[in-house]
Amino acid sequence: MILAADPLYGGDLLGDILITLLKAGVAFTFLLVAVMLMIWFERKLISDMQNRIGPNIAGPWGIFQTLADGIKLFFKEDLVPENADRFVFKLAPYLALVPAFLVFAIVPLGGDFNRKDGSDGVVSIFGHDTFLQVADPPMGILFFLAMSSIAIYGIMLAGWGSGSKYPLLGAVRASAQMISYEAALGLAIAAVVLQTGSLSTHDMVIDQAAGGYGGIIPNWNIVVTGFVPFFVFFIAGTAELNRPPFDLVEAEQELVGGFHTEYSSIRFALFFLAEFMNTITMSAIMVLLFLGGPAGPALFFPEGWWIGTFWFFLKLMAFLFTFVWFRATLPRFRYDQLMDLGWKVLIPISLAWFLLLAGLRLGDDRDWTYNETLAFMVGCIITFALLGGLLIGAINTARAERVREEADRG
Amino acid sequence: MADIADYFRGFAVTFRKLFEDRVTGEYRGGRAKEGQPDDKRPKPERLHGRHVLNRYEDGMEKCIGCELCAGVCPANCIYVRGADNDPENPTSPGERFGFVYEINYLRCIHCDLCVEACPTQAITESKLFEFSFTNRSDAIYTKDELVVGDDGKPQQMPWEDWRDGEDQLTSGWMRATSSAGDHRYEGVVHWAGELGYGVRAPELGQSAEVASAPADGGEVE
Repeated sequence: MILAADPLYGGDLLGDILITLLKAGVAFTFLLVAVMLMIWFERKLISDMQNRIGPNIAGPWGIFQTLADGIKLFFKEDLVPENADRFVFKLAPYLALVPAFLVFAIVPLGGDFNRKDGSDGVVSIFGHDTFLQVADPPMGILFFLAMSSIAIYGIMLAGWGSGSKYPLLGAVRASAQMISYEAALGLAIAAVVLQTGSLSTHDMVIDQAAGGYGGIIPNWNIVVTGFVPFFVFFIAGTAELNRPPFDLVEAEQELVGGFHTEYSSIRFALFFLAEFMNTITMSAIMVLLFLGGPAGPALFFPEGWWIGTFWFFLKLMAFLFTFVWFRATLPRFRYDQLMDLGWKVLIPISLAWFLLLAGLRLGDDRDWTYNETLAFMVGCIITFALLGGLLIGAINTARAERVREEADRG
Repeated sequence: MADIADYFRGFAVTFRKLFEDRVTGEYRGGRAKEGQPDDKRPKPERLHGRHVLNRYEDGMEKCIGCELCAGVCPANCIYVRGADNDPENPTSPGERFGFVYEINYLRCIHCDLCVEACPTQAITESKLFEFSFTNRSDAIYTKDELVVGDDGKPQQMPWEDWRDGEDQLTSGWMRATSSAGDHRYEGVVHWAGELGYGVRAPELGQSAEVASAPADGGEVE
């Protein structure tokens, strides 16, 4: 068990407050600029994938297009529908936006974790030793789950407060979808927490920076937890973000704009901002949980705090690229397919994998021999296969039953 | 397993597209700064752009104010009022002329039914497609803006970006059938002359027999 708290606190009070404010300000500015660039990046990349040119007028390569769109949205007329619940309608965009930013506070953005002197990512800002993340609360990753739950309220209240049909349908879909996938998301996180033995995000990075096979293959959780939790988290995370192919919440062809149909002007911009902020924070969380965060692969060792930031951004970009790639490639799920994938595939798989990891962990603690571990794993696989067969059998029986009922009625 | 491989084939397709040539061009509507590309592609021959009101070779207007175009318009975007010609100084040959002629381009769907309906080939569509007006009254083109000038060319609107030759392709000569929409005229050029151009040359596949009678001897004029 690694116990580490931010070395910043406990010194002089004024310095602590100023450094904390500085970090929060830098992180907030970074996130806003990143959203601006992300929207541009997404539009440019998706037009590349569709043989188009994309935004090319505002600034070099159209890089200021988002800025121009934002300024335009500021000056548009702000409408509140007559049937809307005015307070809820105005509250909802902030409920979507604020959690999106708060989650970013727990993500370690840099620091040299690979250094051999055991500094573990501590950097020095104006003579104060601290972590390169806004906050490192002991509850760590649980804060992420809590905030993503609150973000659902933003969408739900937006749909409900609009006093209109399409937003309501969009909001109902959103809450069902996000709550369903949060279960799989939580189980994938549980696998990582089990591995790290700590909820603190900083500890997770330290854990992943250490050791590794032969010093070349890094000790990242994607390898250590056996890939399955990573893929479950990636799919569930995409669904949680309401990004394609899981964008049923705002399916344009069916629901006009989904939950934000009635929103215009700056309130709409806030939703848009929150959505892209969530994409960036979700990618950052994925980098943190499974790809070692700022801890790079131990291939070469240039020293300094910036090397962590460099690795972090490299991995972040890989995920952002993949999200856009998803959007360019995959058609939208049907609603029942979405629910099937969540409840009948992702949750059983992640639960089974979590139990397997827990068993191995137990064996580790009790010094099982190789043969005992092997026997345990074989037993697990047989049990899961039986249970999976039962589940599939039950699903098929239920389907056959339904088909027969339909036939009888018709 | 083949199904799973198919999923990834989709990803390969989109990734390959990253390195292919773009199908769209860099068009800036004439507002490019120095060194910026501003390519406008040649328009297809039968593009339905904005309308022009044609005139005969002697300068008379072709429009007779019959309102058939307004009647046939599915979007109700055309407003016409005819008036009697001054016998001393007629605007068009015949009794009546188009006194008011307005097209609302916020409504027009460029279906070309007005062009089909017109008995005198007065209204045709050009290849000019730029409609970047900034208020609703600018969206309504009046007769002054629609009727061709004394050189037979359309009036240039402030927001239109003309390139070489785009102002010339204004007439209904590109249609496959005659002005009356009669199938017997298919493939036969049957156009009245136009101010500034005379009788247009036939399109590919059209016969150059101007105003010749159809094979079954039906009336032409």
